[in-house]
Amino acid sequence: MFDLLLLIAMGLLSLSIVIAMYRIIKGPSLPDRILALDSISYSIIGIVAILSIRTDTRAYLETILLIGILAFLSTIALCKFLERGVVIEHKRDH
Amino acid sequence: MNTKEIIETVVLVLVLSGTLMSVLSSFGFIRLPDVYTRSHAAAKSTTLGILFILLGTFFYFWLLHGVISVRLLLGVIFVFLTAPVASHLIARSAYHHGAKLSDSSIKDDLKEELERQRREELARGQ
Repeated sequence: MFDLLLLIAMGLLSLSIVIAMYRIIKGPSLPDRILALDSISYSIIGIVAILSIRTDTRAYLETILLIGILAFLSTIALCKFLERGVVIEHKRDH
Repeated sequence: MNTKEIIETVVLVLVLSGTLMSVLSSFGFIRLPDVYTRSHAAAKSTTLGILFILLGTFFYFWLLHGVISVRLLLGVIFVFLTAPVASHLIARSAYHHGAKLSDSSIKDDLKEELERQRREELARGQ
């Protein structure tokens, strides 16, 4: 029962990834796509956490932290690109 | 009902409520009309859902194995701190990028404020 319900939870999180994929493909503007990518990475974090409960191991817990950091940094880089047009600025005096 | 079953029930309640919140937020992702309302749906409920799932995992390893996983706790704190910041940044850059508000929205306060600032800068320049 425990294992089956965890499997169902993983399936629901996969469903939310599929829905975000729909938003990435159809999404009318670029911020929509960034938002969908952000929410996909959070769903992946949830899936990894449930996987580590199901396989009863603590080996995957670093992955949660890594995916979280990668998601945050990539979102910031894409937003900065969207707002100013460049990611790394050369002029630093303003 | 022995101790293991009680612990598994607690973990299941946490994980399933978190999953439900994530799925409901992604339905809001389909249904809502523009970027700003979508970022509202994505940020709030996804943050809370992932927080619940990670807390369930933390309680599982703590109560069943007696291990307090600092990495998992760090992940919880990190997600809790950064997800709202990222969502705020997306909404801000969407506004400056020129994403349209939906037709049902009636007021744009930020536009008036930006115009007022621009007028003040022009007056200062002259």
